Amino acid sequence: MSSTTALSWFARHEIRLAWREWLAMMTGGRRKRNRALIGLLIFAAVLHLPAYAVVGHFADLRFPLDKSSLIVLTATILLAWALMLSQAIESVTRVFYARADLDLIMSSPAKLTNIFSVRIAAIALSVTGMALLLSTPFIDVLAACGGPRWLAGFGVVAAIGMSASAMAIAITVLLFRLIGPSRTRLVAQIVSAVIGAGFVIALQIAAILSYGTLSRFAVLTSDAAASFAPGSESVVWWPARAALGDGEVLLLLLAGSLLLLGTVMAIFSPRFADTIVSVSANAAIVNRGAGARAFRAGTRKQALLWKEFVLLRRDPWLVSQSLMQLLYLVPPALLLWRSFADSSAALVLVTPVIVMAAGQLAGGLAWLTISGEDAPDLVATAPLPASRVTRAKIEVVLIAIAVIFAPLVLALALASPLQAAATASGVIIAAASATAIQLWFRVQARRSQFRRRQTSSRLATFAEAFSSIGWAATAVLALALPIAGLISGLVTAAIVAATWKISPQRE
Amino acid sequence: MPKLAKLDCPDIMKSEESALQVRGLTKRFDRLAVDALDLNVRSGEFYALLGPNGAGKTTTLRMVAGLLRPDAGSVSVLGIDALADPVAAKQITAWVSDEPMIYDKLTPLEYLEFVAGLWGIEPKISEPSARHLLVSLGLEPHLYERCEGFSKGMRQKVALAGALVHDPRLIILDEPLTGLDAVSARHVKGLLGDRVRSGCTVIMTTHILEVAERMADRIGVIAAGRLVAEGTLTELRQQNGHNDTSLEDMFIALVDTEAAAA
Repeated sequence: MSSTTALSWFARHEIRLAWREWLAMMTGGRRKRNRALIGLLIFAAVLHLPAYAVVGHFADLRFPLDKSSLIVLTATILLAWALMLSQAIESVTRVFYARADLDLIMSSPAKLTNIFSVRIAAIALSVTGMALLLSTPFIDVLAACGGPRWLAGFGVVAAIGMSASAMAIAITVLLFRLIGPSRTRLVAQIVSAVIGAGFVIALQIAAILSYGTLSRFAVLTSDAAASFAPGSESVVWWPARAALGDGEVLLLLLAGSLLLLGTVMAIFSPRFADTIVSVSANAAIVNRGAGARAFRAGTRKQALLWKEFVLLRRDPWLVSQSLMQLLYLVPPALLLWRSFADSSAALVLVTPVIVMAAGQLAGGLAWLTISGEDAPDLVATAPLPASRVTRAKIEVVLIAIAVIFAPLVLALALASPLQAAATASGVIIAAASATAIQLWFRVQARRSQFRRRQTSSRLATFAEAFSSIGWAATAVLALALPIAGLISGLVTAAIVAATWKISPQRE
Repeated sequence: MPKLAKLDCPDIMKSEESALQVRGLTKRFDRLAVDALDLNVRSGEFYALLGPNGAGKTTTLRMVAGLLRPDAGSVSVLGIDALADPVAAKQITAWVSDEPMIYDKLTPLEYLEFVAGLWGIEPKISEPSARHLLVSLGLEPHLYERCEGFSKGMRQKVALAGALVHDPRLIILDEPLTGLDAVSARHVKGLLGDRVRSGCTVIMTTHILEVAERMADRIGVIAAGRLVAEGTLTELRQQNGHNDTSLEDMFIALVDTEAAAA
């Protein structure tokens, strides 16, 4: 087999793997593939409605734009780029640590530089493919309402996908060089988790500090931002211009991204093999736990609680995911702090953010403790009823939520006791609902499969999200318009009840 | 390397009392996995359960350990009805699967501390016992390391130590020697031998017929969910009509006969 044939064969192999992984993620590993695909297509078609609501009225935008519009459009593209970067870092880390075929590849007589070039290209392709899929409803709507020039948006997505992948590879390999393989895994996971959120949160913090509002558009559309922005011919606006249909700029953008990806492939492909060798050489790095200490005395329940808390504390995925959830709480906390100085009406916005964060965090924690049990046989053969084990796991989730959210609610109580009461109730109900949904849809899995928890049951994922959003809306409406709060609460309770009704645990 | 001697279990330790009594145990998945199985293991006995892949060995033992609910039948562990009172049965039973399931983020000592806590063992008893078990299995240099970097053999040893730390009276092991090197396997066999000598009952599935031949007091052969032969090695040979046949030959003959009958 010639090297070109071998390379194309390997590329086909990578595409097939990527397709099957994607399919498994989308269908949750179920065999009813056609039904799942039809469901996905219907879902994608339905997505055009919210896409129309969000971008429909921007369809007539044309270059040249005013500075504020250019800034908003560029910032939106930058946010998309940050999210793609986050996904690409996660993909690159998986290539180093989790691909089962690395030993086979490394021991084969194939030229490793070529093989890893293909693998880098596959990462870029999968990141870009996913972004194209998600952006399609928005671009479709813009093209339908504003003309085919908006189809250039697909080119912009491809360009930023390639550049984000190139950047992710450079960042990950450099992290290996700087902090070593064992720390890179954790740092890369944290970076990928916070990178997308960080951009939005930074804008929100700037908006709160300058304008006393949570809206990030307050900063982007401000005179101050416009005064700092460069002239309309600047390279900074190229992505925005390309998205608006400037073909020449789009071609330059695509060429630049391809060049960047090609350069990264040329520089880093030969180093991939070295990096993988150093990862496997360091796989046996000893992670020392607590030193010598006496065994704790206590009840069986205390033993269960201790185990769950130690595992949560030592879980890098959880650390990064929790950090991301907690980062979302920084802007409302800041708003809360500002409201002590001037009794801002924007304070009411804190409640839904806190309630929603509590619901989402509780869902993640509940999956880790209830479904993510690494020693299910041990716990199942222990001499205590299964109901006590489950109760202890639920308590862990609720204690963790209480520890994280109690300080915020207490601070809120100083500003507005009524709002604090509504927020506390929202936090408790949202956390309890998310935990219950995880309990009803529990599927035994290893904790390391946390990333895939949302694909194990699409229904549970949507139910958890709707429940958190619903309780967040209920809490804020209960403060502003009690009758609307009551209706929202009843609707959300109905969603949770319907979820229980169709859950496998009920059967 | 000296040959491992067959366990010399004092008769006083073995009694006619049943450590495990299974009657009419049945489990069906897509097909019948365990078919009205009767099994009687005496107290203080080392019992090896053999059978080809898919014969129903693991399903049987998982039902005995309380991990699977049988469709029919009864399970009695040292006189306790394991289906009516599973908590009491579990208190005196240990289960070790072929795939060691332990917590990557805990150290071996922390894992054993957790297991002892689950079984409600006092720390003053469980701590020295845990240290002794881990040291005797050759894990002394790794007591304070998290298990995430352990090989399969080391993980299997931690799981085994966890199963023994609460001093069970019935130990159920599903292929416990899988993935162990020769030295580790000898450690494990030695530890199990010690437990049997102290009156504990061990039920083990294995594909390593040599181990069954040397260690087991009695051997049961299961095929298609039914017990097709049972007895000491001598009794099995007599049943088979060849006094000089190896266990491997008898096993293959028994399984072939069953397959032909099916």
